[in-house]
Amino acid sequence: MLTAENYGYSGIVQLPQDIELLRTQTRRLVDRDLRPRTLEIERERKIPEELVATLRELGYFGITIPERYGGLGLSTLAHAVLQEELGRAHAAFNMLISGNNGIGVMGLVLAGSEEQKERWLPRLASGEWIAAFALTEPNAGSDAQAIEARAVRDGDRFILNGTKHYISRGDIADLVTVFAVTDPATRARGGITAFVVERGTPGFRVARIQDSMGSDVIKQAELVFEDCPVPAGNVVGEIGQGFATAMRILDLGRLSLAARCLGTMEELLSVSVAHAKNRVQFKKPIAEQPAIQHMLADTATDIAMLRPALYTAASRRDAGETVTQDAAMLKLYASEALGRAADRAVQIHGGMGFMRDCVVEGIYREARMMRIVEGTSEIQRMLIARGVLEGQR
Amino acid sequence: MKILVTAKRVPDPEQKVKLKGNELDQSATNWQLNQFDEYAVETALRLTENASAGNARDGEVVVVSIGPKDVQQQLRSTLAMGADKAILVAGEDAELDAEIVARTIQKLAERDKPDLILMGKLAADSESNDAGQRLAGYLGWPQATFAGTIEVVDGGKALLVGREVDAGIETKKVTLPAVVTVDLRIVAPHAIKNGKTAKDHAYAEGPRYASLKGIMAAKKKPIEDTTLQALGVTAQKRIKTTTLEAPPARKAGIKVQSVEELVQKLHSEAKVI
Repeated sequence: MLTAENYGYSGIVQLPQDIELLRTQTRRLVDRDLRPRTLEIERERKIPEELVATLRELGYFGITIPERYGGLGLSTLAHAVLQEELGRAHAAFNMLISGNNGIGVMGLVLAGSEEQKERWLPRLASGEWIAAFALTEPNAGSDAQAIEARAVRDGDRFILNGTKHYISRGDIADLVTVFAVTDPATRARGGITAFVVERGTPGFRVARIQDSMGSDVIKQAELVFEDCPVPAGNVVGEIGQGFATAMRILDLGRLSLAARCLGTMEELLSVSVAHAKNRVQFKKPIAEQPAIQHMLADTATDIAMLRPALYTAASRRDAGETVTQDAAMLKLYASEALGRAADRAVQIHGGMGFMRDCVVEGIYREARMMRIVEGTSEIQRMLIARGVLEGQR
Repeated sequence: MKILVTAKRVPDPEQKVKLKGNELDQSATNWQLNQFDEYAVETALRLTENASAGNARDGEVVVVSIGPKDVQQQLRSTLAMGADKAILVAGEDAELDAEIVARTIQKLAERDKPDLILMGKLAADSESNDAGQRLAGYLGWPQATFAGTIEVVDGGKALLVGREVDAGIETKKVTLPAVVTVDLRIVAPHAIKNGKTAKDHAYAEGPRYASLKGIMAAKKKPIEDTTLQALGVTAQKRIKTTTLEAPPARKAGIKVQSVEELVQKLHSEAKVI
């Protein structure tokens, strides 16, 4: 099997021993228990309960939450390595845990009060609760500051009204970080506020599941807030500073998205190599055809270029550096490289790759999301260009 | 109960073997813990915990390996699973055989006085299956090999060991201290009865995964570095490899048209029926 070692990354970025151990142990879990279930999960549109329990038990919901709140407080590099390994299994596993390790909890981790952290983070770290992030609205996608959800102060609470959509895990989330306008005059410049809203709050409902091109194991949902009373104690960070918080949260998530794309590319390469060696056409394995070799070479090259860049950026963030620019580049490059790799993998598999019972078919559909979610390729390019014009690179 | 578990790193059995002259080319080998040794670690952990009371530990599990510095990685993985301590005896695979291994573990057993030594029934690379037997002989301890089940009896002074033998299961009672080598079924859900964990407790099949917390805790657990010399091992290698060659390549198969033809060819050509 093709594994990370085969590309010799350790010669470029030597991982610390404990992170290497996190990798090998996660790989063992992925290879033994998760990867063999990919087609079953795709068919049943459900992660088997015992696997969710295993992930909970082993601590995969609390990778980034600080230790004092029940998580592991692992470094960005360790988180990236874990997401990479999980990326080799069905995308649903990444999606299931990524709210609790990323956008669903980062608001609380970055800007929450001590009381808020103690109240909510332990349940999220254990995986007892699932977290989601609700920024996007029907009229506010890439232009996130155009959100229309309103929160109006009413004594010691806010009354929330609005609609959020395409919210990953929206239907199963116990706690949602919701962004709403508190001052229409200033909006992104001091008029958007972040709140956490618990499932079951009156006036908050899951309006519908939004069927997607992807596997729909972990679903997108439309969330509606109608005169929903949210205690003032649920405001995350300063009132009016929600937009800046949202941008910080999204910035943090980009490296883990890149890591996930990288892992999925490794899986695509691995199954493509196996198929190319086994599939005989014109009396020889198709792996002997230059056209197939070139496709494998291109995906392998993207993987080899991406990995050290990702680990370097993650290590730099862990050292306290700002890596906004690198994170945008990595998210852009990884999601687009994954798109290319998925396309090649389907081509290498031929008709088989178009069939529902082939692993690459599901990955191909799911991969399309990665160029859109948490900042489209165009938004990443805009961020990168802004940095370039400001002289960062 | 204090348990000493032996652990050897072996090349990934799924990786293609490369030969370089008269020896294995191990420059690109992916090393991993010998599967049966991993089962031995799992056995030791199950014996020293109360799985019905939040896996409360009761006993000590020490894992020992003989090998180069890199074996730390495999030892750390056993610490991540839950072992308390590890010992790494410096040595190179090429300079070891079952005799030296058995003598080394003997010295450690005499020094640390464990109640039980658990070993995999064999290592997936050499497949010798004799270190445990030699060790028990040198120590003068009872042995039970190919264990598929273990039950702690006599208030922790003895073990009832179900051994997998050709005719079925043979149950042996060994008083402690003893040497036990484990087989595949020792990691079945009900294979271990330690007198503390509820008898009907069902473990997940196979060796446990290290939790992320366990992995991070493992870096703080001690690994003792020692040498054959420091332990006073004077044994010399008794086995010499004379040649090493890859098995001959398999010939291409043939397709037969009918069952009759298959039977006829198995009889007249392959001469197996």
